[in-house]
Amino acid sequence: MIELVKNPKYDFMAIKNYAFAFSAVLMILGLIGTVQIFRGHANLGIDLAGGTSIQAKFRNPVSMERVRSLLADAGHSGAMLQGVEGDTVLMIKLRAVGGQEERMVAEPVLKLLREKMPENPFVVESISEIGPAIGHKLRQDATWALAIAFLAIIVYLAWRFEFKFGVTATVATFHDIFAMVGIFWALGLEQDLLFITALLTIGGYSLTDTVVIFDRIRENIRLRKRNTFSETINLSVNEVLSRSLVTGFTVILAVAALLAFGGDVLRNFALALLIGLVIGSYSSIFVAGPMLVLWRGEKMADVKR
Amino acid sequence: MWRNITWRIAMIVFLTAAAAAVLAPSLTEKIPASWRDPMPKINLGLDLQGGVFLRLQVEIDKAIENTTQRYADEARAVVRDKGLPVLGYKRTSAESFSLAFPPGEFAGKALELLKEEFPSLDVTLGEVKPEGASVVAKMKEAEVQAIRMNAVGQGVETIRNRIDQFGVREPQIVAEGDDRIVVQLPGVKDQQRAIELVGKTALLEFKLVDEGASVEEALKGNLPEDSQLLYQKSADPASGRIAKTPIVVKKRSLLTGDTIKTAKVSFGGQAGGAYVSISFDSRGARIFDRVTAENVKRRLAIVLDDTVYSAPVIQERISGGEAQITGSFTAEEASDLAIVLRAGSLPAPVKVIQNVTIGPSLGEDSIRKGIRAAIIGALLVVGFMGFYYRFSGMVANFAMLFNVLFLLAGMAAFSATLTLPGIAGIILAIGMSVDSNVLIFERIREELRSKKAVRPSIDAGYDKAFVTVVDTHVTTLITAIILFQFGTGPIKGFAVSLSMGVAINLFTALVCTKVVFDYLNAKKPMKTLSI
Repeated sequence: MIELVKNPKYDFMAIKNYAFAFSAVLMILGLIGTVQIFRGHANLGIDLAGGTSIQAKFRNPVSMERVRSLLADAGHSGAMLQGVEGDTVLMIKLRAVGGQEERMVAEPVLKLLREKMPENPFVVESISEIGPAIGHKLRQDATWALAIAFLAIIVYLAWRFEFKFGVTATVATFHDIFAMVGIFWALGLEQDLLFITALLTIGGYSLTDTVVIFDRIRENIRLRKRNTFSETINLSVNEVLSRSLVTGFTVILAVAALLAFGGDVLRNFALALLIGLVIGSYSSIFVAGPMLVLWRGEKMADVKR
Repeated sequence: MWRNITWRIAMIVFLTAAAAAVLAPSLTEKIPASWRDPMPKINLGLDLQGGVFLRLQVEIDKAIENTTQRYADEARAVVRDKGLPVLGYKRTSAESFSLAFPPGEFAGKALELLKEEFPSLDVTLGEVKPEGASVVAKMKEAEVQAIRMNAVGQGVETIRNRIDQFGVREPQIVAEGDDRIVVQLPGVKDQQRAIELVGKTALLEFKLVDEGASVEEALKGNLPEDSQLLYQKSADPASGRIAKTPIVVKKRSLLTGDTIKTAKVSFGGQAGGAYVSISFDSRGARIFDRVTAENVKRRLAIVLDDTVYSAPVIQERISGGEAQITGSFTAEEASDLAIVLRAGSLPAPVKVIQNVTIGPSLGEDSIRKGIRAAIIGALLVVGFMGFYYRFSGMVANFAMLFNVLFLLAGMAAFSATLTLPGIAGIILAIGMSVDSNVLIFERIREELRSKKAVRPSIDAGYDKAFVTVVDTHVTTLITAIILFQFGTGPIKGFAVSLSMGVAINLFTALVCTKVVFDYLNAKKPMKTLSI
């Protein structure tokens, strides 16, 4: 047998204050990130904020300065330019500016580039134009999906375990999602629909992780192996530790392949999954159990058999 | 039944054969058509094959205003035909208009006449003043509701007709909510042409040119009440520049496009370019015959969506119901114009509020990268499992293979659409499938450590892990189903493959791997287990 950890007996409960402190930092970051999103200061993707994104492949390398000044002359001074692959592929992003006006600008912009740079023809690789109202709707849909998913999971876990287990697992999951928003905001990475997909995936994954540990806690409570709740949690986390590590590692292998070979479209998504996986594993090992103790106390007698 | 090994093996063999049969048509063309054609297939999303996605907003209020305007025009024509002098008419709100009459009996007579002729209007007497009286007509609520209800449905039908004639394979045109239409055109490269074809209202009207009005005055805003200023577009053959010429036409349309029977592209003629020849149905032909007879030597403007295409002088009465729309068209433009004329006009103007276009090269690039990432990811996981759990790891890999096979077959059976996020979902489902086996194997290891024999260890491992595997899958399934229900675009594609993968995984993890161990144990209990 090859084993990552042999007979682990780590005292996770002893370092719970450090874990709480670290989580508090993540939460503050998440709070700032969330507030900034609502204030419109975050790097929201076109699909959530509304706007236009054009990807064009030019025959020759293209000067960003030239394109920038052309766009500025046409009244698009807020355009974000991004070059890839030796600067022959150009991404142009124009955010919808306030208001509800659904203005489509891709065609005029393409026409402008064709006319002003006839010596450097290009093919359009992708265009994405989303009116602010639709962006708003997508944002709303995503928020609803998130909220309903949480509610459904609390109900399921409350039925499978106890109400307090259910709420704690959900809080731990929320912790991960909040932290991801904070980290993505702090790194200035774009938050789009795929990012929200990643949030929900991580939500599901982190929940799975927590549920596996909670399952073991419940089992150990029945067997009454220890006297206090903290001891039971420590034992349970240690017992499933090798599973947590092996699973975490295999999923990271799969996601790393996505990150390395999935191309530009999936890069942010894979990165979000990777960060989320690490945080999700951390929270189920270091945070979920201690939180449960904090809420329900140490007495084993109170625990439902 | 699940205790019996033969039964389980038979079940797995049957499912594998069925999955292969369902999946084969999606993977290869080299199978008999009698098998390939009736089978549902996996569709590739627009992000993987390129194409155009449009979300359109139907401007229903405009449809109501237009209908009111049309009623107003018709009402005025009707009362004039009866010899009643109309001083003026105007639309007073989205749903109502008024006609003004000089003092006398006229307003009363018009009231009776309109009530009879237009049952869908509420007609009342307006203000009566010494200088005259007016009649106010308002569309009945039921009529307004009907327009509202029909605008989107008719819009979908009209656009579908146009797209069918344009020749796009497997387009998707569906209504969304009360006032939106989503159009998906896989494989279409020229987004601008697609937008124009889909978005053109295509209201074709024939209107007389107002010869008496001066264009200069009209440009300053001084127009006769029953006339309007439109522009005629023409391209200069030398430079290709589009010139706009102002032209004053009568507001009233003599004939509209709904009387068109066919429209087709022809070449040659006086200008030598492409033109569209149309033929009217019998009603249209009759009206066209009368209109041309009454207006010989006057100019007739052919107006599409408020743009004048040509305004030829009527040389003689035209019977037979044939007409030509000439203009400076390219062959492509003429063909698109013929398509929209044949398919009819949209009941209300539409506005593009979302346009996502993926070039075919980017689509191919994405599918190549996505599949490569999936294969590499799977190989890494397979390698790791084989290394870490040895023989048992290979059993898990075998289950994973089944998982992917069943997942793809399931997607084919439901004709699901594979998207780039969908591929990501498959990768994650693979991760889940591995996790179930890890849970089981870790349990078996625990049992083995407590010095139990191999066979009871395996059984106990599966039994104890069972609850946890179900719990983890159900929670993931809950998120996936909610994503599917409330998500849009990429979220949905991801949810489809993830939810299917999770459901299938419950079967492969708990049944497919167990049968291998049970089979090995069947003859004589295993002494050791490579795990």
